[in-house]
Amino acid sequence: MAVVTNTIFSPATAARFDKLVTLYPLKRSALVPMLLYAQDEIGYISEPVIREIAQRLDLFDLDVRSVLSYYSMLRTKPAGKFNVQVCTNISCMLRGGYEILNHCKQKLGIGHKQVTPDGTFSLEEVECIGACCWAPAMQVNYDFHEELTPAKVDSILADYAAGKGKDVK
Amino acid sequence: MPRYVSHPDEVIVLKRRHGQGAANIEKYVELDGYKAVQNAIEQGPEWIINTMKASGLRGRGGAGFPTGMKWSFVPKQSVKPKYVLVNGDESEPGTCKDHVIFLEDPHSVIEGTMIAGLAIGAKMGFIYLRGEYRYLLKIVEKAVADAYAKGYLGKNIFGKDGVDFDIVTQTGAGAYEVGEESALMESLEGKRGVPRIKPPFPAVVGLYGGPTVINNAETIASVPHILLMGGEEYAKLGSERNGGTRLFGISGHVERPGVYELPMGYSLRKAIYEVAGGIKGGKQLKAVVPGGSSCPVLKADEIDVGLDFDQMGKAGTMLGSGGIVVLDETVSIVEFALRTIKFYQHESCGWCIPCREGTDWIKKTLTRVYNDGGQKKDIDNVQYLAENMMGRTFCPLGDAAAMPTLGFVKKFRKEFEDYIEGKKAGTPLMTEEQELAGAAH
Repeated sequence: MAVVTNTIFSPATAARFDKLVTLYPLKRSALVPMLLYAQDEIGYISEPVIREIAQRLDLFDLDVRSVLSYYSMLRTKPAGKFNVQVCTNISCMLRGGYEILNHCKQKLGIGHKQVTPDGTFSLEEVECIGACCWAPAMQVNYDFHEELTPAKVDSILADYAAGKGKDVK
Repeated sequence: MPRYVSHPDEVIVLKRRHGQGAANIEKYVELDGYKAVQNAIEQGPEWIINTMKASGLRGRGGAGFPTGMKWSFVPKQSVKPKYVLVNGDESEPGTCKDHVIFLEDPHSVIEGTMIAGLAIGAKMGFIYLRGEYRYLLKIVEKAVADAYAKGYLGKNIFGKDGVDFDIVTQTGAGAYEVGEESALMESLEGKRGVPRIKPPFPAVVGLYGGPTVINNAETIASVPHILLMGGEEYAKLGSERNGGTRLFGISGHVERPGVYELPMGYSLRKAIYEVAGGIKGGKQLKAVVPGGSSCPVLKADEIDVGLDFDQMGKAGTMLGSGGIVVLDETVSIVEFALRTIKFYQHESCGWCIPCREGTDWIKKTLTRVYNDGGQKKDIDNVQYLAENMMGRTFCPLGDAAAMPTLGFVKKFRKEFEDYIEGKKAGTPLMTEEQELAGAAH
């Protein structure tokens, strides 16, 4: 394994990566999880992230970029501290997913894939998140919120803004 | 947190431990957990595969391939290591059953993976969850760690010399296409999730080039239950050639949406009107998408059909992933068809041209129709495009996009024609502005 001495990640994340590469028959298998965990820590996949992950997996930067551009959860620009992802796919749409999305747009004053000026929130219209029976649903970062109404959305967003929201990492 | 639902018509096998804190390993063991795998170690691979064949269990991901037969295709001798791969990349719109399994009973997935490994002679299994399911991944990771701590995983499991099994959990990062088995293997190998050509099938050349069994998480979670109750007993619960029970997620315009466990062959009408409490707000039923968004739509008068792979096939649709999406009379099929193809256009991985171009052109054409710029020939064009995608791609995503589209334009052609002529049915859910924004992304 390539030894990375000047890591850009926290000791905990660096240790996690050291372990991840040992779990698989081929260490490249760690690439997708590493990108996601890196994004969780850094906020997005930056150039230094690409370089370090490539180095850790003995890949070219280009290999990492190629994989990175495939997965919809990976981003190369910062999102808000709380990324609000509203599902509008069929089951959610039937139960008011678009109403929830529009409400979020108005409430936050931003559109799809935009970030509020203070960097607290970003908004995304996403495809099915696997909460169809509890629609309409959204995720704030990794946390699920289900059976939404505009009023419920208001209180969820207020909680996050006040630092009281749950944040699954 | 998903709301737990129940109904007297449910036949509880898979949900037996749900709602009882079985994510805790002690609780799981108390509820007969890890008994099936210990018995499987004693009985050996042939017994496991014969039990699975007798159970009539068919793949719960959507294709409905008999699980016992799939396992029997793996060569006994192999130079390369064999693997078990659990597909928990649940992404089919309308489907949230694996979500419930990982939350309520993660050890059943682990135990099922071990049994599959014993059956085919693999010593390693992977449980792949979609990236959005982070909180579930943590639950599964904890369950795996607990199983290692108990000596149920690792070297000499359950104190049996020479019986080793390892499980690695893996997260995706957002891609519907990765739910396709060969794309899943590519993703797990750290690559873009594009499909591989078949043959060779994964049972012969799969993950890292080794023989691989890939099963849906629900299929795998069913395995320990089947071994505990016996294959024949499990088979009897279902209908002919469709053994057992399955989790049906009923969503959309019903009074009590939720994940219900119903016997295979159960009436679709009863599932909607009795189990899920009927149409929300006393409205009329318009249509049902019976097994996830890939399945051709059924009209309101076509729901007297049994929920199993064969009966749904005869009805011209599919049982798919068991996600039943119910549409009431207020829904515009034009809009619903557009939202469906918008999803497939977004998720097409771009590897095969008929899918990449076909989904894009259908979406563009339906967007034009939806935004009042449509012409009558657009309906024929959409049908022509969809028909030309069918069977012309490496993986089933092309078909999955084309089939529902064909269902909508064939069964609701009149509604498309009326829409183009300015007679609109239904209440718009999207606005034009949103649709244009959607087209850009």
